[in-house]
Parts: sequence; structure tokens; C-alpha cells
Amino acid sequence: MWRTDNQRLGPPPDDGTEVFVEARPTVWEERGEFRLTIKTLIPTAAGGMWQLQLERAKAALARDGLLDPERKRPLPAYPRRIAVVTSPDGAALRDILSVIGRRWPAVVVWVVPTRVQGEGAEDDLCAALERLHRLPDVDVAIVGRGGGSREDLWVFNSERVARTLAAAPIPTISAVGHETDVTLTDLVADLRAPTPSAAAEAAVPDRGAVLDTVDGLARRLGRSLTSQLDMGSQRLARTEDRLAGVIGHLLERRKARVDAIAARLDALSPLKVLARGYAVARDGRGRVLKTVAALRPGLDFRLTVADGEVDARVTKGES
Amino acid sequence: MKKERPTFRDELEHLEATVRALEERDIDLDEALKLFEEGVARLKSARSLLQDAEVEVKRVIEQADGTIKTAKLDT
Repeated sequence: MWRTDNQRLGPPPDDGTEVFVEARPTVWEERGEFRLTIKTLIPTAAGGMWQLQLERAKAALARDGLLDPERKRPLPAYPRRIAVVTSPDGAALRDILSVIGRRWPAVVVWVVPTRVQGEGAEDDLCAALERLHRLPDVDVAIVGRGGGSREDLWVFNSERVARTLAAAPIPTISAVGHETDVTLTDLVADLRAPTPSAAAEAAVPDRGAVLDTVDGLARRLGRSLTSQLDMGSQRLARTEDRLAGVIGHLLERRKARVDAIAARLDALSPLKVLARGYAVARDGRGRVLKTVAALRPGLDFRLTVADGEVDARVTKGES
Repeated sequence: MKKERPTFRDELEHLEATVRALEERDIDLDEALKLFEEGVARLKSARSLLQDAEVEVKRVIEQADGTIKTAKLDT
């Protein structure tokens, strides 16, 4: 200890006194020395056994890993059942209910009543937290109380209370006193809220914001149906066009073939020959008479010319 | 913890999935209409949950035999 610091200290403490020290550690490597240069020294009896107890409890909790950040569980996005462990008559409960009612009223709040200060509060609070472990289907729990003196809030610094809270099977929010008060329950809870109102805000979503999300989805739903219908009708129109095109093409091809055949038939038609002045002679049974021998004198036959048929008779034989 | 009823998160996720499915290009019209109807029903229930709900407050009481019951709490 340096003289300048020592002078401010008053009489030296008795041997065996427990003290808090504020000191600067130094390591002298070459001499293998570790030194604490003490700046101030406060007997625990004066500074508060409380503080010492708190530090010990905190160290014990830390040793058991209960303060590890990895332990922190995320809060549910849309809780349906919220447990509130607090005094049923306190301002904290009123604040919490009013915030929840405003932000997200679609919940059931289960109040687990407990004393939060004074004689028996520690046992009471532990019992209430144990009860919390047995409540069915609770999504998140808020533990806390409104502001008060350090003594008023002290039960939330109980190691037993902190351990019981840490053992909760569901995510927990600790909200004790005002913003500046940090208690052991704040450290072991999954979330520390500065005030009970803030705890309620953290516990539930804001329905205005969620309604905006829902409205956005509603717009997307409407738009996507419209575009599906548009796409459907466009596809139908395209199919119709293609169908008409295909059928038109088929008809064209058929027509061309028919025309070609008709032209060939036309060229082969005997009627064409008749038109040039030839005639066909057939007997009564329709046989074509092609020779003089077939056309005996006196034979009745039919003569086909370009525009019709006439009856005829052979009057004389070959001349 | 068992959950029988779907949570609001489930509802919202279903609604989003429905909208996304409807936004996909490759579905037929029958399916699209079915999705739309489903989405509208979900929207309706989500909106009514948000707009009509009222906080229900109960007090947890432990009985002599250690069982837990709840009672109405007047606030």
C-alpha cells in the first residue's frame, strides 16, 4: 500500500478482520513475485456483509455454470400462457397486465402469488417458483416486483431463490425494481428486464406490428391469386391460338392434296376425250364395241358423246 | 411440453407457406383456388385472434394435497 492511500484509511484494522480490498495486481516475472498494491480497504462489517454474501452467492452460481450466457433460452415469439410470479397486490402485476392487454391480449396470465419482501418472503418465493415448475403449458414466466429499497429487493438476491429460478423448465424473465437494480435472479433468468413493464413488453409481441405482417400476407395472397388467374387465362389464350394455327395448317394441307388429286382425275377423265369429238359405242350389256365385227348390221347399241347418250342401229355392214 | 392446439406462430408460418405456394408459378388453377381459400380462412382466424382477444387473468392456488388449480383473479 502506498503512503498516500494509507493516510486516508484511518486506524489499521484488527487482525482477523474480513475486508474488501480494491487493489492493482502486479506480476514480477524475474523475481517470481505476485503483488497486490492495495488502494482502499473496507471492513465487511461496515461495507455490508450483504455485499459479501451476494458476491459469494454469485461466485457459487457462476461455478455451477448458472450464469453462462449459453444457458439463456430464447423467449417464445407468440406465448399463449404466461405465468407471473409476484405479489398479487403489487404495482408490478398491474403494470404487466396493462402492457400485455395493450400489446398482445391473446394470452392467459397465470398469477402465482408470493410475498416479495419481508419476513418469510424467501421461502414464499421459492415455493412459488417451485409451483411454477409444475404448471402445465406455460410458455414463459415473469418473476419480479416494483422498485423499493435495497432491503425490499433483497429476497431476489437469495441464492436459493436464484437456484430455484434457474431450474425453471421454461424461459424466464426477471424484472426487479428499477433499471439500476441488478439482482441474482436477473443474472440467472433467461432475460433481465429493467422494469416489470419492460418484462411484459419482452414477453409478448406487439399486435400492431403483427397485424401489419398479417395484412402484408393478405395482400400477397390476393395478388398471387390474381396473377395465377392471369397466367391461367394467358395460357388458355395461347393454347387456343396454337390450336387454331395447327388446325388451319392441317386443313390447308388436306385441301392441297384434294386439289392435286382432282386435277389428276380430271386429266384422266374419258369425258375430256369425248369433249374432243370422240364417241363410245356400247351394246345393251354395256360392253364397248371396238371392232367392225362387233358392230353387226342391224345391231342396236348406245352411243355416248360429250353431253349425253343416244340410241343407234347398224344399218349396213363394212363398206 | 405438449402442445395440441396450433400456436399463433404455427398459424402465421402456415399462412406464409400458403402464400409462398400460391406465388409459385407451377401449380394448377384448382390447387391455386384451394390454397387461396385456405389462406383466407387462416387470415380470418389470425385477425380475429389479434383483434377480439382479451387477457384472461387467473390466480394459481396450491391445494392442501399439493395439486394446483386456478381461480379467477380480480384486478
